[in-house]
Amino acid sequence: MRQYLLSVYQPDGDPPPPEVLGPIMAELGNLNEEMQAAGAWVFAAGLHPPSTATVVRDKDGDAVLTDGPFTEGKEHLGGFTIIRASDLDEALSWGGRMAAVLAPLAIEVRPIA
Amino acid sequence: MSDIDRTFRAEYGRAVAVLIRQFGDIDLAEEAVQEAFATAVLRWPGDGVPPSPAGWIITTARNRAVDRLRRESTRGAKETAAVLLAGGHSAEDEHIMDDRLRLIFTCCHPALAPASRVALTLRLLGGLSTGEIARAFLVPETTMGQRLSRAKGKIRDAGIPYRVPRDEDLPDRLGAVLAVLYLIFNEGYAASGGPGLTRDDLAGEAIRLGRLLVGLMPDEPEAKGLLALMLLIEARRPARTTAGGDVVLLADQDRTLWNRTLIAEGQGLLRECLRRGRPGTYQLQATINAVHADADSAAETDWAQILRIYDHLAAISGGAVVALHRAVAVAEVHGPAAALAIVDGLDGLERHYVWHSVRADLLRRLGRHGEAVEAYGKAAELTGNPAERRYLQGRAAEFQGPSAAAPLDRADRS
Repeated sequence: MRQYLLSVYQPDGDPPPPEVLGPIMAELGNLNEEMQAAGAWVFAAGLHPPSTATVVRDKDGDAVLTDGPFTEGKEHLGGFTIIRASDLDEALSWGGRMAAVLAPLAIEVRPIA
Repeated sequence: MSDIDRTFRAEYGRAVAVLIRQFGDIDLAEEAVQEAFATAVLRWPGDGVPPSPAGWIITTARNRAVDRLRRESTRGAKETAAVLLAGGHSAEDEHIMDDRLRLIFTCCHPALAPASRVALTLRLLGGLSTGEIARAFLVPETTMGQRLSRAKGKIRDAGIPYRVPRDEDLPDRLGAVLAVLYLIFNEGYAASGGPGLTRDDLAGEAIRLGRLLVGLMPDEPEAKGLLALMLLIEARRPARTTAGGDVVLLADQDRTLWNRTLIAEGQGLLRECLRRGRPGTYQLQATINAVHADADSAAETDWAQILRIYDHLAAISGGAVVALHRAVAVAEVHGPAAALAIVDGLDGLERHYVWHSVRADLLRRLGRHGEAVEAYGKAAELTGNPAERRYLQGRAAEFQGPSAAAPLDRADRS
């Protein structure tokens, strides 16, 4: 079995209001349960907004900190799921299910080395 | 063509496909098959061609691959044997399924960029060298080499499967395969760059791959429809250009030059697939070309029937390009004014030279020569094909004013 990282990319800015987000998160929860039942689910997590991120670099043995995300863009990584799948078709099929729940957000499917 | 060249053209893809299944490694499979052919070049002239050239190539390639694994592997002979055993296990349906079918679906996987699908298909199934593919698509050989190795790396690392898709995915995935073959054909039909209008070898290669696919999936009407379409278009090749390489429009072509053998084969295939009652875009486009093939002269063309087929085509694949081609049939049935109204109503085709060239022709027929010249000029500017450009510039010059350039240009093309 291989493992794949399913990343959720979403536009910067405020999340949708609770009455919109609630049903989506419920559906996402159902999908996670389905993945678990199928033995595909490894790990999943949602992230706080990029404004909460801190970048650390090493400078001559000292940690240099920068406020904010590593890359500034119009979209950011909002969360991710790691799944087990026998091949890319199977991983893309789960990725497609996730994209349907989170539409119009894009899901990046990437093999874990 | 020598026995070895013939075997190479016919059997390269099959041998690579078998070796990929057995060893699970595209590069190893390719190298082993190439070494086997290199051995054949040395041995066959002296020893004679073996009774089963394809079998000989596959066996020799397999031995080469095993040798290579033994030589290069730090795992030792025992684990090399285990690799082979695993290969043997996955071969349970060896006699049911030709490995080339798996390979086609892997090469044309939608997770690969379209340009990579085309390159991989020509490389692995067609046996074209990286240099040949690079020249055909007018990119430097190093660029094509990188494109191929990146695609093979993605197949390996992302786990693109080596199998025929599940039934529920098959219609979409077959569509992707057919699109790749048609892309190769069209690149050969009207090359988007380079000196000549056509690159016959690419069109021929697409037809060869189309025949292979029809042989592997005889129950898929769209696969047959695509092969019929390619054969019917290919049949007109001898009449499509003058000896000087200039374009001859369908209406002006010498129809006695059309290849009747290809037309008969295309029409036969078309009858077979249409009987299934599942007409798709390729079958319908083939039907349109079959109607042209039935007409002994341009004047005898049954445009009303062609328009009916375009209506059907527009209903199942309502793109702007289909609407544009439908407008050409509308012009013949209902006149150029009706057609121009349709063409002018189409959005998103401003960068498409065919849109300008169809518009130009309709404007010319409506006597709006000034606008026609402008549209021919725009079309000439946008086409990447030099022969098309010469033709369009010629048309623009012809209607620039009441000059005498026109009859000369006409005489040259008839």
